[in-house]
Amino acid sequence: MIWQAFCAVLRRDLLLAWRRKSEGLSAVFFFVVVAALFPLGIGPELNVLRNIAPGVLWVGALLSSMLALQRLFEADFRDGTLEQMALSPIAMPLLIGAKMLAHWLVSGLPLVLLAPVLGLQFDLSGEALVTLTFALLLGTPILSLVGGVGAALTLGVRGGGVLLSLLVLPLFVPVLVFGAGAVEAQVSGLGVQAHLSILMAMLLPALFFGPLASAFALRIALE
Amino acid sequence: MTLGVSNISCVRGHKPLFAPVSFSLQAGQALHVEGDNGVGKTSLLRIICGLSPADAGEVLWNGKALNRLHPEAVEAFRATLCYMGHNLSLKDELTALENLLFDAQVAGRSLSHDTAMDALRKMGLNTRAHLPLRVLSQGQKRRTALARLSVTDAKLWVLDEPFVALDAQSLDSLCVLLASHVQQGGMLLYTSHQAVALSQPHGPAVDIRPLRLVGA
Repeated sequence: MIWQAFCAVLRRDLLLAWRRKSEGLSAVFFFVVVAALFPLGIGPELNVLRNIAPGVLWVGALLSSMLALQRLFEADFRDGTLEQMALSPIAMPLLIGAKMLAHWLVSGLPLVLLAPVLGLQFDLSGEALVTLTFALLLGTPILSLVGGVGAALTLGVRGGGVLLSLLVLPLFVPVLVFGAGAVEAQVSGLGVQAHLSILMAMLLPALFFGPLASAFALRIALE
Repeated sequence: MTLGVSNISCVRGHKPLFAPVSFSLQAGQALHVEGDNGVGKTSLLRIICGLSPADAGEVLWNGKALNRLHPEAVEAFRATLCYMGHNLSLKDELTALENLLFDAQVAGRSLSHDTAMDALRKMGLNTRAHLPLRVLSQGQKRRTALARLSVTDAKLWVLDEPFVALDAQSLDSLCVLLASHVQQGGMLLYTSHQAVALSQPHGPAVDIRPLRLVGA
């Protein structure tokens, strides 16, 4: 029954994202545009492009996931769906976890899949592209999970978007440092394992505490 | 199964909304919460469900304070509760049928396609079941939300203004639904500005207890 409720929330959010395609695509489109404009603006200096590539792609991913975050709970808060989740006999963190997973599948996974294609414009080597993809695969769920807590805390607050950025962007810094660092380490010939391990070490507690803390914050927002 | 409320009060902006309220509700009873606009009817219902904390007093479920129940007992309380607020928790992009099915699953109930269609048919929505909700009228949306009541096995129904925006025919079928719920041992708590008689066809009317909220 618990599993069924988890899947129901996941399916509903994915179906909603499918029927409101433009909303979900705007964040992904933003990422593509940002990453595509940099090489055009900087010019065909391959050494420079190679050096800035990890940072540009990661910052693009980070900002585009910020765009999507603001919508994570807003619609459900306005139409009363969150109330029903709070009153469900199923544990609320589980239902919120399903929402976060759906959010990542819609706004995080496309970035992971697009990054290697966009990385080509920066003349990244094959290995560097693989590292970039792996680092994003580990890092973008952290953005959804930690960002979800921020979205829950700023729910229903006027000007919540600005507050959300102030609250969440500092927490994204370690992910940015180690995510972009992994690609740089690969390019400069150092091993990437340390960086990826640290990303993994950040992801695991985020997986546990993210839904828990968000559910707690949402209950306060519903009062 | 008893719901008790003892000396509940609710403070908004340093000012109490209503004079402290106490009542108790048994299986097979209905309670109609009345009061002027803004007196705190919705706040009272939200406190009873456990969505907001009471500023004073306690909600008792089977004699035990709701906010001090074990997690499993809270889970059991929520499984017996069906709350319908002003926000109907319906998604405009989903069809009426999808809304009903997802809603039941989130509430931890399994609902078959046929049962859901049956519930929509009872609410007069059989031709609208597969349309996205955004093309339905306000009344039809409310009927979609109310269709939830005929598929839930919850015993305690807490409804905020259930009769709003309904046409005469749906009002009748809702009254029958509410009456049969109470007469089969359910509990009903609702707010409304209309006095509506609850009875099944050719059956006795449900004895509704009034509770008038007065400003403090």
